[in-house]
Amino acid sequence: MQLADHLDIAPILLPLVTGAFLLLFDERRHTFKSLVDVAATLGLLVIAGMLVAQADVEGSVASVYLLGNWAAPYGIVLVVDRLSAMMLLLTALLATAALVFSLARWHKGGPHFHSLFQFLLMGLNGAFLTGDLFNLFVFFEVLLAASYGLMLHGLGVTRVRFGMHYIAVNLAASMLFLIGVSLIYGVTGTLNMADLAVRIPAVPAQDRALLEAGTAILGIAFLTKAGIWPLCFWLPGAYSAAAAPVAAIFSIMTKVGVYAVLRLSPLLLGARAGDSASFGDIGLLIAGLVTMTFGTIGVLASQAMARLVSYSVLVSAGTLLAAVGMADAGVTAGALFYMASSTLTIGALFLLVELVDRSQDPAANVLAVTMEAYGDDPDEEAIDEEVGVTLPATLAILGICFVLCGILLSGLPPLSGFLGKFALLSAALSAGDDGAISGMAWAFFAVLIISGLFAMVAMLRVGIRTFWAPPIEGVVPRVLVVEFAPVALLLALCVAMTVRAGPVMAYVDATSQSLHSPDAYIEGVLSARQAPSPKMETGR
Amino acid sequence: MTELTLSLAIGVLTGSGVWLLLRPRTYQVIVGLSLIAYGVNLFIFSMGRLRSGVPPVLDRGGAVDPAAYTDPVPQALVLTAIVIGFATTALFLVVMLVARGLTGSDHVDGREP
Repeated sequence: MQLADHLDIAPILLPLVTGAFLLLFDERRHTFKSLVDVAATLGLLVIAGMLVAQADVEGSVASVYLLGNWAAPYGIVLVVDRLSAMMLLLTALLATAALVFSLARWHKGGPHFHSLFQFLLMGLNGAFLTGDLFNLFVFFEVLLAASYGLMLHGLGVTRVRFGMHYIAVNLAASMLFLIGVSLIYGVTGTLNMADLAVRIPAVPAQDRALLEAGTAILGIAFLTKAGIWPLCFWLPGAYSAAAAPVAAIFSIMTKVGVYAVLRLSPLLLGARAGDSASFGDIGLLIAGLVTMTFGTIGVLASQAMARLVSYSVLVSAGTLLAAVGMADAGVTAGALFYMASSTLTIGALFLLVELVDRSQDPAANVLAVTMEAYGDDPDEEAIDEEVGVTLPATLAILGICFVLCGILLSGLPPLSGFLGKFALLSAALSAGDDGAISGMAWAFFAVLIISGLFAMVAMLRVGIRTFWAPPIEGVVPRVLVVEFAPVALLLALCVAMTVRAGPVMAYVDATSQSLHSPDAYIEGVLSARQAPSPKMETGR
Repeated sequence: MTELTLSLAIGVLTGSGVWLLLRPRTYQVIVGLSLIAYGVNLFIFSMGRLRSGVPPVLDRGGAVDPAAYTDPVPQALVLTAIVIGFATTALFLVVMLVARGLTGSDHVDGREP
């Protein structure tokens, strides 16, 4: 077996080894720890890029890695297909940005930041790679345990309070996860995802209710993590209380829940599932629409910027879940494009919020809100006097980033937010079998457009208050290059996705096709050949 | 009889756990979560079908009759679930103590209603 064959497991091993290695050193060696962490994260980025290149070969099936060299249904497998590779790359990009941002000051805000960060990456990567339900649970727990630590990074009463809610909700969801997994095992006798897809059509009628209950309970566990309404009330508080770089990397964590649904729903309950085909799709669609609506109202009602962004996470998750609920290859492709764009945008916004908030004095903020509410505008005179006041360069640059984020978030042309939403809508409206547009597609259309409009309104309001007419007592924030660079990187990636939209769309199209016709995936996993054992080789 | 006992145990543990989980004090929440974890662990175990007096590990050599063995997978899963549940509960306990120290209240919202 060549070294290159082990590339599939590298995204799990590298963070694990790095995180454990960093535990050995004293907390005060910040520079050394940062250097190792940055090097490992960049290494991860390179590996993720290589895996994407490996997965994106015409007509290629998934690359399967047999752990411990046990054949597929018996041992645990790691599977790298287009979807996993894409999620790995997205995680690595976001992690690079968040880590660089944290180097300015956040990484000194508490013990073991770098180790926890690497363990979080390990959990995320493992969850994206595994081809086994129970192993998925284990990696979920790894990433959650690390996220509990990161959530509390920097401490403070607010963080601890919301962190406690976050942990309690996730522990309860993990219990549901276990119940769902064991029910599915009890009915089918396997935990391998590909093997499950083979066995589910053959489940006898009297066991089908149990199986569907199991998948539904498992789904609830994923959806809690994705932040679906009404299981999302922990999310805005926790995300807006978390430190900025932590919140930025958390923006991929809701997508883990979405990923699990996206992976399992077409595979286990797709067209080939016999009587259980498309079980839960309509529920997913409706719940997604309600989540989008709830998130949109939250976005509009938020006064603090961090809360606005947290509610945008909900809108993004709701959109994706509704799109998965439509169970159509075209819509899924649009959803994947939208997911990449919105995750990067929200990550950038969480970082940006922290920079912008530095110029705000909390008391002045409350004052501004009150003034707005009562229609009282004492600024009018001040503006007359201050003709020709120059805008500080820092605020101008931050303002430009903010405008880009606003355009991306609300889905205005020409950036990738627009392309994602356009792909979603055009596929949703042509998804029907007979060319007729279903009522649900219309509802999705309406909610998506309105959520974009309201996001624009909310961003405009915040933008005016922060950049156009800053409070009288406002100070120009001091922004370091290492803090600005990650925001610029994430936004540049969105611009790159716009410019190179063709290849990206082709990639997500191929991803979506293989998700909705999973025969190649199943065949690939179950027929994966064991490597010859070293003993046999030396014996020859 | 074993089935009935086990089902009752799972039901009582999970039921009390859910009730405690919904209570406003952090101590009740953590006891509730632990009880649910016990209930869930028993549930996973029961998903391998209840057999008493049969081994889960195959004997060496010769042909084996699978019917003479109990399913080892749920037992392995339970072990993993216990370890993970224990670790996360311990972590939650630490966070609760921190919250108690910082807010001066054992209410889940950090302040008395």
